[in-house]
Amino acid sequence: MSARICGTAAEAVAEVADGATVLVGGFGMAGMPVGLVDALLEQGASELTVVSNNAGNGDTGLAALLARGRVRKVVCSFPRQSDSWVFDDLYRSGRVELELVPQGNLAERMRAAGAGIGAFFTPTGAGTQLAEGKETREIDGRTHVLEHPIRGDVALIAAHRADRKGNLTYRKTARNFGPVMATAARHTVVQVGQVVEVGTLDPESVVTPGIYVDRVVSL
Amino acid sequence: MSLSRDQIAARVANDIPHGAYVNLGIGQPTSVADHLPPASGVVLHTENGLLNMGPAARGEDIDEDLINAGKQPVTELPGSSYFDSADSFAMMRGGHLDVCVLGAFQVSAEGDLANWHTGAPDAVPAVGGAMDLATGARSVFVMMTLFARDGAPKLVPRCTYPLTGIGCVDRVYTDVATFELTADGVVARDLVGITPTELAQRLEVPLLTA
Repeated sequence: MSARICGTAAEAVAEVADGATVLVGGFGMAGMPVGLVDALLEQGASELTVVSNNAGNGDTGLAALLARGRVRKVVCSFPRQSDSWVFDDLYRSGRVELELVPQGNLAERMRAAGAGIGAFFTPTGAGTQLAEGKETREIDGRTHVLEHPIRGDVALIAAHRADRKGNLTYRKTARNFGPVMATAARHTVVQVGQVVEVGTLDPESVVTPGIYVDRVVSL
Repeated sequence: MSLSRDQIAARVANDIPHGAYVNLGIGQPTSVADHLPPASGVVLHTENGLLNMGPAARGEDIDEDLINAGKQPVTELPGSSYFDSADSFAMMRGGHLDVCVLGAFQVSAEGDLANWHTGAPDAVPAVGGAMDLATGARSVFVMMTLFARDGAPKLVPRCTYPLTGIGCVDRVYTDVATFELTADGVVARDLVGITPTELAQRLEVPLLTA
């Protein structure tokens, strides 16, 4: 269904349910949908599985969601950072589950979800702890590991501009996981710097076509 | 006498072919960029979605939407391109990167790499793109000191730390020598401040003569 332009972040995240798997865009703070994550904190959904490259910075955004006990499990590639003290404490005290995923597998598993791929074989991680218990196969003389898609109930991402049909453009390295997460969730919510009229964006410059977008809010 | 980090970085840079597409891992390998002049034709890839990355951004050039894999503000050079994370990792995993330079806790004589996790019980593990780079780049260079603070060699017969990739490392640049990991064995070259005999005594890995 066509994208709906929302007046507030609260309206945009209203449909996130308890127990949902939420894909959260961003690499560090670049492309992090801070306004949507803050709105989700207010909205109150809990028992969430959060899929994101990192596991929160400082005390705001994703870190605040973790600190308030709303997150049951984190699926990410790089939780440990200089300012990831909230996650570090929860992890060390066993209050949050971690599925550590090589960053390329994180991206590709979401790409697979968005493209209807049932699973795929990759050499990444073969012979390491992160492939333990996974099915393997020799392909062209190399060990490959079977990896399954990561689907989101919801994606929360940030983009630069959207038109009223939900077509998105991004800015520089803030693009990162936004486009692939938009494809991998049943319900994609986007915060943008500006919503423009249909016909304003050059169709050649659109990175995420509106078919992947459900809610847009300008923050 | 041994090489400084900067001198190791210069050695690595000197061995990167003209025009290569290169990913520099976070930490020490980032300093290799300081030794790659524009005439090198090298194009730097950063896994958060940029090719032809420029030097660190300062002052008014700082843009929160333009960072490197270490989340430091950087710049774009003419001829840059942006892409999303799935494309960025497809570049690595599809074998399109010519060289990656990574740090390491340990490298084995057969090219196994350990650089993502100490395995300590209270350590918060983080892998990022290390496994994708180690597995996908055409050449994998490691840059590290040869000996740990306690004197234990980091070039070892078998890694004791958790592995990042198996048989993936081609060359190891250290403060006292550079090591080529070949099908026939390990070749040490460009020794600094250590004799071949001393080096052989301090390592448990047999060395072939260059």
